Amino acid sequence: MGKNRSTALLKFSCDGAGDRGNSEEAAMSGVRVLVGTKKGAFVLTADGTRKDWQVSGPFFAGWEIYHVKGSAVDPNRIYASQSSGWFGQLIQRSDDGGVTWAPVDNKFVYDGVAGTHQWYDGTPHPWEFKRVWHLEPSLTDAETVYAGVEDAALFKSTDGGVSWSELAGLRGHGSGPNWQPGAGGMCLHTIILDPANQQRMYIAISAAGAFRTDDAGCTWKPINKGLVSNFMPNPTAEVGHCVHHVAMHRTRPDVLFMQKHWDVMRSDDAGESWHEVSGNLPTDFGFAIDVHAHEPETLYVVPIKSDSEHFVPDGKLRVYRSRSGGNEWEPLTAGLPQQDCYVNVLRDAMAVDTLDECGVYFGTSGGQVYASSDAGDHWAPIVRDLPAVMSVEVQTIP
Amino acid sequence: MTEKGASASVIRVVLPQHLRTLAGVGAEVALDVDAPVTVRRVLDALEELCPMLRGTIREYGTGERRPFLRFFACEEDWSHEGMDAELPAPVAEGREPLLILGAIAGG
Repeated sequence: MGKNRSTALLKFSCDGAGDRGNSEEAAMSGVRVLVGTKKGAFVLTADGTRKDWQVSGPFFAGWEIYHVKGSAVDPNRIYASQSSGWFGQLIQRSDDGGVTWAPVDNKFVYDGVAGTHQWYDGTPHPWEFKRVWHLEPSLTDAETVYAGVEDAALFKSTDGGVSWSELAGLRGHGSGPNWQPGAGGMCLHTIILDPANQQRMYIAISAAGAFRTDDAGCTWKPINKGLVSNFMPNPTAEVGHCVHHVAMHRTRPDVLFMQKHWDVMRSDDAGESWHEVSGNLPTDFGFAIDVHAHEPETLYVVPIKSDSEHFVPDGKLRVYRSRSGGNEWEPLTAGLPQQDCYVNVLRDAMAVDTLDECGVYFGTSGGQVYASSDAGDHWAPIVRDLPAVMSVEVQTIP
Repeated sequence: MTEKGASASVIRVVLPQHLRTLAGVGAEVALDVDAPVTVRRVLDALEELCPMLRGTIREYGTGERRPFLRFFACEEDWSHEGMDAELPAPVAEGREPLLILGAIAGG
């Protein structure tokens, strides 16, 4: 199989992201930021000080890279979703930390009769595979990886992405014919594995809502009680909500945070019920949400003006941080543009590292990838001029 | 590459740039294809030689041409002739290539 080697290797210095000195521990460890863009993938690496960055790529130049994510079991094992309107879907795999890549497989076939979901006009529409939005490597086995796809379904590979089979119990949930696409398509975009319970995982679909399995994907239940979506005929219906993203802290797997189409939500009972924690946010529309690596009550969102104006409000790029699990939010602006900025930050385009002082990263539709090495107090761009960023993940390398 | 039979011809195929990069091949790919030479047989041989191209030219499941791709043979649009229509003699005899083109779309 063809190997795709980095075509460029550039070095950038990132000086504005806080000044904490170079501890020996920080210098020995490092981070690898995996960036998917509209026109290729990039790998950004730095030591634990997170000041000097190497940028490699583009990998798969010209292709849309919806997501790139590494295995927690084997950090050198990285999966990438490569797609194109012309040529369809490919899954790429690296076994050397993103230096070289090889296509593995791209056969995503729905289990049994695909059936129909609702089209935008409410008519039945056949399920059609379009692309992989999200890849979630297993927490315990480097060969196992899950794929969330459009039209919404969940696939699993147990051989490193070489073959895929659908976990059909999700689409088999009786509500499937009532799911409908959001503006970006009917995508399964969020997969969260419970680190304390291998039988449990969460997924989210636009626009169906959030679902949970407690039997490793055989059966699923919608977990949308408390969500209110005024665009729906029944705003509190069991399914139909446009959930944009969900985040969890690994030490508290029953506590979930959600950025919905509108509203930032919180659940303290594994999704059985939700309550709003938008609080003083300037707008509670948005896509990205994430949790501090060491503080389970510290979370981050990037408010976006509205569903019809997908850019930050007032021309200011502001990350909002809550240290109280929601409701009370503070804008984080140091190092971020505060005038004439009209970018978006997509749902998978924010991530945190696990170094002692938590690093936070996000990418924009304008091609910037920003990093903070002090939990959001100060920011600086790692790169400014990539293609539009679709996803950002980070690996903390010992 | 297919087993070369008594009636096999060497067919020339020109791929879009992205698929050349993906497959690690040059401007043209030479394939042994048994007669009668059809698009289906050419793609079967191509995918056997370059398995990473499976699903990129024709859809899994239906086996149909992906909608943003076109086939051209001897300067004629062969996209709608059907997978099992015999290709023109100059292509079947290797004098002319089968062109697989991506639509000019998407900006």
